[in-house]
Amino acid sequence: MTIESLQAYNQILVLFIFVLAIFVGFEVISKVPSMLHTPLMSGTNAIHGIILFGGILVLADATTLLQQTLGFVAVVFGSANVFGGFMVTDRMLQMFKKKKK
Amino acid sequence: MSSTIALILIGVAVLFILGIKFLSSPKTARLGNLVAAAGMLIGLIVLCKPAEAGGANIWTQGWTFNYTLIVIGTVIGLIIGALGAYSVKMTAMPQMVALFNGLGGGAAALVASLEFLKDAQPAPIAADALAHSVGAAITIPMLFATLIGSLSFSGSIIAYLKLEGKFEKPMTFPGQNILNGLILLVIVGLCGWLTFNATGHNAVIAFIVMFSLALFFGIAMVMPIGGADMPVVISLLNSFTGLAVAADGFAINNNAMIVAGTLVGSSGTLLTLLMCKAMNRPVTNVLFGAFGSSGSAAAGGGDLAGKTVKPLQADEAALLLSYAQQVVIVPGYGMAVAQAQHQVRELSDELGKRGVEVRFAIHPVAGRMPGHMNVLLAEANISYEQLCEMEAINPTMDRVDVCLVIGANDVVNPAAREDKSSPIYGMPIIDADHCKTVIVMKRSMAAGFAGIENHLFYKDNTRMLFGDAKNSLQALVTAVKAS
Repeated sequence: MTIESLQAYNQILVLFIFVLAIFVGFEVISKVPSMLHTPLMSGTNAIHGIILFGGILVLADATTLLQQTLGFVAVVFGSANVFGGFMVTDRMLQMFKKKKK
Repeated sequence: MSSTIALILIGVAVLFILGIKFLSSPKTARLGNLVAAAGMLIGLIVLCKPAEAGGANIWTQGWTFNYTLIVIGTVIGLIIGALGAYSVKMTAMPQMVALFNGLGGGAAALVASLEFLKDAQPAPIAADALAHSVGAAITIPMLFATLIGSLSFSGSIIAYLKLEGKFEKPMTFPGQNILNGLILLVIVGLCGWLTFNATGHNAVIAFIVMFSLALFFGIAMVMPIGGADMPVVISLLNSFTGLAVAADGFAINNNAMIVAGTLVGSSGTLLTLLMCKAMNRPVTNVLFGAFGSSGSAAAGGGDLAGKTVKPLQADEAALLLSYAQQVVIVPGYGMAVAQAQHQVRELSDELGKRGVEVRFAIHPVAGRMPGHMNVLLAEANISYEQLCEMEAINPTMDRVDVCLVIGANDVVNPAAREDKSSPIYGMPIIDADHCKTVIVMKRSMAAGFAGIENHLFYKDNTRMLFGDAKNSLQALVTAVKAS
């Protein structure tokens, strides 16, 4: 295989993952009772905090001051999203513990 | 990227899926959140550069100034996140989620912009030029992530402000949808042009214009939507951010981001649809209908002229409650505003001691987010076994002696069943009016969020207990104890 066809193959594979993930997302969520919708929204909100990875990757390769500034802001935002998201979800769910008699 | 790390990343994806799955049961929900967080931590440790940039683990590279920036930025974000998460009041949770979502969207837009701007510049080194010889397959996700991410950022900030009580009312002007449509058209046009002209000075200018328009569009999209519909908007923007993150994953070739972002995107879309379904309104109606604006405010109130409500005092209400066999409490946003959940618990405990069976009827869209009431009642230590969903409790409402409505309005309005002219006609409601006696606790006769009169208040078996929910409940608890 040439480099180009290998890249095309890789892109198709990634698209494959994408389509499967759509269905997994639908299937997993459809079983959540409405009482857990707020924590669920908050939990998924934390999961998209994975954008922190993206921020780190672009900042690591930043070469100009502009790139460094934008990358730095992205890392701060992403980090607040991921850490804050998981913490606030945990705080909500803490209260769902069964009452101790 | 070594194959070991690739295998670990599959495990990370499984952890995310399991995390969401565990969130579906009250018993495992907290574990689910921790599982997803663990997945995130592992993913961070094994984070690798994209294949075309060497694919090495990011933490094994030589330490540069950029790495210092990464650590500082992460720590600042951690502090902001922790302060926000632990200082926010339970009633303000929806705002906090909106804010975190906005930050995520902003980060997604920035990451995509950075990649785009890097590629738009003629690379100084030949090898770099090769690495960045981008095709449409990379440019489209980049533009998509910028557009959706920045829209989600500005939209979430407006949603946050609306939930904080700033310009809660929908803001509309004639031709608004047409203007928004035009802006969207320009944005899409710019994206189309940029797909084929992704390099050079003009591309950078077009890109900046598109970025600004997307930010503005986020504001213009959310401004006309009333505060009551913010849950739907936040859920939608949450799924938008997920999709933007997935698109970023395509652009910088990171599978973990694609999987996590897509999971959030599809689950968020489904949740949004479920919420609209609970209100019996198509999602387009929520987004473009400017529901609750002046046009529909007077609707549905016509045949109530001449009818009066029957007020009652706290001690009478207490008597009704203490001699009932079955009591159903319907909490709404009014309970959240008055922070009355602890008084509700006290009342429920007092009644429980007297042998009264107390249940809570939770409407899917009570409060400002789905499950908002559950969170508040759980905070007050009310066992989730006492909480019933609307579908489960409605068939049993005929046997209930007293239904206590605390600060809920539209979700118990029988107009949704009876009045075809009502804007909420067809919305599933809790059949509070089927109970023998209904006690409605309310601050005043003001209309609910939907801006329509509530027929329930005028029914023969309804009594109104006016006053702040917290004070009224306190009075009720005292009276029940004394009786």
